[in-house]
Amino acid sequence: MFKLKYDDFLTKDEETGAYYVSPDQQVRDEVEKTRWKEIGFKLLTDWRLYLMLVPMLVVYLLWRYAPMYELLSVFKDATTAVDPSERGWYGIENFAQLFDPSSTYYLSFWQAFRNTFILAFYGLLFGFPLPIILALFFNEIRSNIVRSVVQVCVYLPKFMSIVVISSLAITLLGGNSANGPLAQLLIAITGGAESNLGQAAQSGLVNSTQYFRAIYIVADLWEHAGYDSIVFFAAIIAVSPTSYEAAQIDGAGKMQQMRYVVIPSILSTVVIMLIMKIGSLLNVSYEKVFLFVTYGSATATKDNYTVGSTVSVWANYWSATRSAEGVAMAGEMLNNLIGMCLVIGSNMVSRKATDVSLY
Amino acid sequence: MKRKMEISELIFKIIAYVILIIFAIACVYPFLYALGASFSSDAALTQGIVLWPMIGESDNLHFGFSINAYGWAFTNTEFWVAYSNTLFMTFFGTIWSLFYSILGAYALSKKRIMGRRGWNFFLVFTMWFTAGVVATYSNYVTTGEVFASIAGYDPGTWQTSIDGKWLIVIAMGMNATNIILLRNSFEGVPAEIEEAARIDGATEMQVLTKVYIPMSKATIATVALFFGISRWNGYFWAMRVLGSEASGQPYSWPVQVYLRNFLETYTTIISPTIDEYENAYWETTYGSQGISATACAYAIVVCSVIPILIIYPFIQKYFAKGVNMGGVKE
Repeated sequence: MFKLKYDDFLTKDEETGAYYVSPDQQVRDEVEKTRWKEIGFKLLTDWRLYLMLVPMLVVYLLWRYAPMYELLSVFKDATTAVDPSERGWYGIENFAQLFDPSSTYYLSFWQAFRNTFILAFYGLLFGFPLPIILALFFNEIRSNIVRSVVQVCVYLPKFMSIVVISSLAITLLGGNSANGPLAQLLIAITGGAESNLGQAAQSGLVNSTQYFRAIYIVADLWEHAGYDSIVFFAAIIAVSPTSYEAAQIDGAGKMQQMRYVVIPSILSTVVIMLIMKIGSLLNVSYEKVFLFVTYGSATATKDNYTVGSTVSVWANYWSATRSAEGVAMAGEMLNNLIGMCLVIGSNMVSRKATDVSLY
Repeated sequence: MKRKMEISELIFKIIAYVILIIFAIACVYPFLYALGASFSSDAALTQGIVLWPMIGESDNLHFGFSINAYGWAFTNTEFWVAYSNTLFMTFFGTIWSLFYSILGAYALSKKRIMGRRGWNFFLVFTMWFTAGVVATYSNYVTTGEVFASIAGYDPGTWQTSIDGKWLIVIAMGMNATNIILLRNSFEGVPAEIEEAARIDGATEMQVLTKVYIPMSKATIATVALFFGISRWNGYFWAMRVLGSEASGQPYSWPVQVYLRNFLETYTTIISPTIDEYENAYWETTYGSQGISATACAYAIVVCSVIPILIIYPFIQKYFAKGVNMGGVKE
């Protein structure tokens, strides 16, 4: 055990036998005092600055951190009482239910979990390269007017409401019938009932379990690809003209310039964006999936629920039943914790690999 | 310097033009479709859309073009209530979000603030981990009850009362990314200018309003537009918190919730089966006058999109440069 010797802070006067504070301790006291004085002084002079922080802190505490505190009730038994504060502690029973094959929630949760991963993975696989390709294509258009017109068009869907986008997508695909123009087009291309896709188009593509994911991803690309290409296009036009000239003098053609000048110089942007994408992999927009797979009330679902429900939709569905509230929270918490690990992990990899980190 | 185009370059150029033009058309077509459908008559809509004056056989001609849907929309009280609710939420919501974001971002941009890393972490952590739909919903309900009882309303009924929309204004539309964008922009303001202002005797608030805000106008405009658009388009939480139809009080709904509910109730676009009772009501009240529910739904879509289209050119000017890598710290 560490033992404090008295002469660390006291000195004995040999003549009188009295103790007084040692010079070392006097210095330490003085330093400590000035430290507190300094903090107090800073607070006094800059109190306006700290006051400015207050509204933001209050908003974030009330509506971002208080829900996290409320998450504590995943460790409580939701079946006993209505009021969370009256429920008994219950350990990790709610989490255990998610992993117990005999529980009611087992199948639907893992289905939703798999759906989240599959939608996220496809979203990354197709949603990541397309904006880069679009940016390379934009670079090919020399006429400023044509390019601005095209850009105005492709950025547009990003700013539309998710309700408008989902209902337009559902209408164009015919909802539950073959009425939509896109459905008609698909039937004409595939030859109607002769192929799987044509058959699905006749009976409503959005509700088909086979094609729902493809449709969701296409709608996602349609909404985001144009806007996401801004970053890459900005990186391309930032390439210095001298690099092109040097390549030209070395005899590089247009395609070779793209291969050896453009692509290497946007590579760092590409890596950063990829890391960002991987970090937010599990944040599959619950609003959009919700609008595609449910009707108005929280409990009525469509045929495509089995392939389209993500963990958030699943939790929203079960939270309508009070006894399932704890399990719903637990499932969502599990999903979000994995998501957080992905963010932190991808950020660490990025810091190691490229010296660029987002946070 | 004129030089001959290689064949591979030419092919690439053609592919680029073709794909971009197809993509651009695909991006605009759904909105044109909605616009066309909103101007179509019931008879035209059942045959697919024909924006043609007359359709049908010579003995049974219909007008394909119709402005009945807009006539309905402009005289419908519920639609205008929903529209004004959205305007209300967007206006006050954007001002409130900007208010605390600018103040917070200004404080965070100062190197001399104590616990700067801690405050930043406090903010960024909310981007990493969220409590989830269930916990957030119960939190909104609880805070709504507390607010209602403080303001002197009955805490049991605030969700169905018109004042429920204040909770949406205050509690929703939070975005840590926007605060970080503002903070980075404030950090880019040269310290010398601030010093000069301080020597002239400016207070903290004057430094913010007279130096920092004018010097980061572009970022503030971008962030304001982002806040505004997310408010205008916000659906899920408004639906969850205020949207229960059982309450029979759709008077606090924003237009997005109203639109989705309209689509589900009166049209077969979203749901396969139509509500018999509501449908009979529609048929006797409006259907007999030749007003198609589907066309009305599209008229709502068009009306809800117009404000975004109006401010769209202004956003375009800013977002390409102001936002790109604003969140990245090197």
